[in-house]
Amino acid sequence: MLQTGNKAPDFTLYATPYEEISLYDFQGKRVVLVFYPADWSPVCGDQLMLYNEITDVFDKMNTQVIGISVDSKWCHASYREQRNLGFPLLADFEPKGSIARMYGVYNEQEGECERALFVLDEKSIIQWSFLSEPDKNPGVEGILNALEKLEPVS
Amino acid sequence: MSLTPPVSSIDHLWGNKNALIELVEYGDFQCPYCGRAYPIIKRLKVEMNDSVKFIFRNFPISKIHPQAKAAAIAAEAAALQNKFWEMHDLIFEHQKRLTHEAIVEYAHMAGLDLNRFNEDIQHENLLRKVEGDFMSGLRSGVNATPTFFINGSRYEGSWEGNYLSEYLLNISQNAQRI
Repeated sequence: MLQTGNKAPDFTLYATPYEEISLYDFQGKRVVLVFYPADWSPVCGDQLMLYNEITDVFDKMNTQVIGISVDSKWCHASYREQRNLGFPLLADFEPKGSIARMYGVYNEQEGECERALFVLDEKSIIQWSFLSEPDKNPGVEGILNALEKLEPVS
Repeated sequence: MSLTPPVSSIDHLWGNKNALIELVEYGDFQCPYCGRAYPIIKRLKVEMNDSVKFIFRNFPISKIHPQAKAAAIAAEAAALQNKFWEMHDLIFEHQKRLTHEAIVEYAHMAGLDLNRFNEDIQHENLLRKVEGDFMSGLRSGVNATPTFFINGSRYEGSWEGNYLSEYLLNISQNAQRI
């Protein structure tokens, strides 16, 4: 798993069936990268729903939340619509899990991403990371604490 | 994970304030799981009687439960007329119907002064109270509803069936032995 102090490597993935985004598109903002095992599974739902509920809190902290799993762009599109999710879900689909591998959070046995969080500063430097148990919702207090330790938003 | 901030006079407290066991629920009035937990807690309050105090904090997840916040504000408005628990119970007992019209009906059933109620629900400080509860939940490690805290620590076990009441009875019996 990539450690605090490293620069988060850039990548480009599908965010919707027709649109790709790159991590470094968000430089100038803080980013919370949320690797999670799968769309539709109950724990992910609770975790993502919680982040979705407080997008205004993240906005005030100049922070963008980005979810990543190995599900396809069509699966993500359907899931986002059904859960009314306001942030992008990226499809680490082909080659499967390659970005999760690059970040050291791919679970070979399950063929899914681990449940892992990275908080990046405005220059994509990893400032905090957390590996959760797959079936445990890590909540949001660790993320908020990490964001508050960064330089205040000017 | 510990409760932040701890229970204080701004919280809604049911039961003996000197009770040995402090049970805090973070709940959402429109959440079906909270609706299922409601009769379990209600029974537990009777069983445990003086040995437990129960505190309810709001954790409305508005993007999936669009009526939850208004229901929370209605309960806060009832609290201003000293009828928080009456309103809390009525809302959970009728949680499938939480339109504004329905909420006013429950306020009437709770015996509230409706003129005052209709005025109070507009007040921004009630909205702020509900949002304050929500933020405290985020800080305390609430990640779904309902989440319970027992004497300040997050309860990780199941709340269904008799699990929670057996857990609490155990604490209370152990404490009495000491």
